[in-house]
Amino acid sequence: MEKHDGRRTGQIRFDDPWYDALASGWGELDSTGAPASAPAPPAPRAAEQRPDAASIYLEVQASAAFQEVRSRYRRFVIPAVIAFFTWYVAYILAATMAPGFMAQPVAGAVNVAMVAGLGQFLTTFLLTWAYARHARLRRDRAALDLRWDTQELTRGVGR
Amino acid sequence: MTGDHQTLALLLFCAFIAVTLGITTWVSRNRHGSAEEFYAGGRLFSPMENGFAIAGDYMSAASFLGISGLIALYGYDGLLYSVGFLVAWLVVLLLVAELVRNCGRFTLADVVAARMSERPVRIAAGTSSVTVSVLYLVAQMVGAGSLVALLLGGTSEAAQSWTVIGVGALMVVYVSLGGMRATTWIQIVKAVLLMGGAIALTVLVLVRFHGDFNDLLNSAADKSGYGKDFLAPGLRYGGDWTARLDFISLGLALVLGTAGLPHILSRFYTVPTARAARRSVVWSIGLIGSFYLMTIVLGFGAAAIVGSSEVKASNASGNTAIPLLSLDLGGGAGSTGGTVLFAVVAAIAFATILAVVAGITLASSASVAHDLYASLRRRHAKPRSEVAVARIAAVGIGLTAIGLGLLARDLNVAFLVGLAFAVAASANLPVLLYSLFWRRFTTRGAVWSVYGGLIPAMLLVIFSPVVSGSPTAMFPGVDFHLFPLENPGLISIPLGFLAGWVGTATSPQGPDKAKHAETEVRSLTGAGAV
Repeated sequence: MEKHDGRRTGQIRFDDPWYDALASGWGELDSTGAPASAPAPPAPRAAEQRPDAASIYLEVQASAAFQEVRSRYRRFVIPAVIAFFTWYVAYILAATMAPGFMAQPVAGAVNVAMVAGLGQFLTTFLLTWAYARHARLRRDRAALDLRWDTQELTRGVGR
Repeated sequence: MTGDHQTLALLLFCAFIAVTLGITTWVSRNRHGSAEEFYAGGRLFSPMENGFAIAGDYMSAASFLGISGLIALYGYDGLLYSVGFLVAWLVVLLLVAELVRNCGRFTLADVVAARMSERPVRIAAGTSSVTVSVLYLVAQMVGAGSLVALLLGGTSEAAQSWTVIGVGALMVVYVSLGGMRATTWIQIVKAVLLMGGAIALTVLVLVRFHGDFNDLLNSAADKSGYGKDFLAPGLRYGGDWTARLDFISLGLALVLGTAGLPHILSRFYTVPTARAARRSVVWSIGLIGSFYLMTIVLGFGAAAIVGSSEVKASNASGNTAIPLLSLDLGGGAGSTGGTVLFAVVAAIAFATILAVVAGITLASSASVAHDLYASLRRRHAKPRSEVAVARIAAVGIGLTAIGLGLLARDLNVAFLVGLAFAVAASANLPVLLYSLFWRRFTTRGAVWSVYGGLIPAMLLVIFSPVVSGSPTAMFPGVDFHLFPLENPGLISIPLGFLAGWVGTATSPQGPDKAKHAETEVRSLTGAGAV
């Protein structure tokens, strides 16, 4: 599935949400990407109303393409969440527990507290930008391919 | 406050009400009355429109008037609020927005119920969503009452009560007639007005100080009467250990609560895809971040130009700092510029409250009709009748909020908002994160984590100094307070996560692997999203 991943070929842009939205007919996409895996025969499992849909989702979940999308998402998000949350908690703790340190002047009337507070704004903006970029370049296309494939597979089973 | 201010401010209020009612009628002309239309506005808003609407939903009067007022009174400690309110959006962007858009249809409970046994989970998540919404709603109603009373001169109880009733009636009209489409357009109009007002005032403040931020800070410190301490943390929350822990608790609630607010979550369903949901959050982070940066300038500007003691004399909690600042910036009391600017600011604050109130009412009526009613009553009610239930629920929630708003008239608005965030972070966030990311999460875990966060949060508030045992309490006469902190977040948020884990660990039956696979695949790819 590597060919679907975030290669920036620039031929197809998915930026416009209007065109991947209307879930009415996927006919035009019929055989561009081969399905990640052939639909499994309906397993006699306990998922009550639609046994085949359940096994399709299990199969997609186990596929290499999906594992790749998930690990790309997690490899970015987990460290990012830990980093910004630690930084925020450290800021709050410093403000409440160490006001003396926060009051030290840096330049003119600006002190450590002011720099840290504006730093929180700055890191929030930077992380937002980095996440949006990462998702756009590294995840969107692969996720979209998987979406089509999965919907192709589940279309027949009466969702 | 002179008669001129009041007349002009009232005229602008009426103009805003007329415009919003016009929008409501216009968009509800040819509505279909489907659930899709009522709860999600047909899911056809663009990321930019939704970004403005999210910002409009989030920037309440508590932020506009409250935070800059706190900065004007306590300097740096007010700024801590705006940092928490903004950083919270990273939780929403990274962990919640896209996945919720992909998995759910209208409410928080949709996301959880997709993996679990539907009925108990919907009842639990619906109950906590309605609780959070009503708390937040009461905060806004109380804010509206005191704001209008304050701006229109009289602090009479009658004016305050009629404002609460009027705001309640208007929001019921917006929501039950216009649904999500009207509500969204009202948020957009309000967000544009609010940003415009904030930009204009910020530019005027910066022009006054010739663009010298350092000079602004120094003047603020001088005029506040605290000197350099005004620019460092500790004036408000630096007292004893209880006050410090209380602030840490509030800080946690702010940063974790946003992702559990039902009216914020329901906004992601108004765009067509997860990618559009992400882009709308990026838009709203840009708007909200720049707005809070401006409140910092406005707060220190109010301290430097108006003076902290003047602000405090007008309103003890600082809520009038911005109106007073606008009066000064426009040329002082009695001048035309001052009158106009003051009236415009007052009208923007009023618009802010109306819009936020409409957004919350819509989200909670969705929880009542889509989660509670659908689970507790007929299971196969037709979509059309569900919308009818939602309209009735909007009326019921409006009446409840009016009643509670009248009762809670004297409570501090910032406290009520902090409380709503704490309950959202304790009851809604754990169940949402566990459902999206934890493979072994079970139905029992989901139900326990909702009630395990909700009940401790509410109990801790009832036994806190806010309700009894302090001079500013709701019932100052009696003392049954057992818990020292005003904000329960520090205890109840970990309890919510712990309860979810314990419930899962002790669950008699294991997780449904197939449904987990479906949730995970759908949340990350968007397959089968509506």
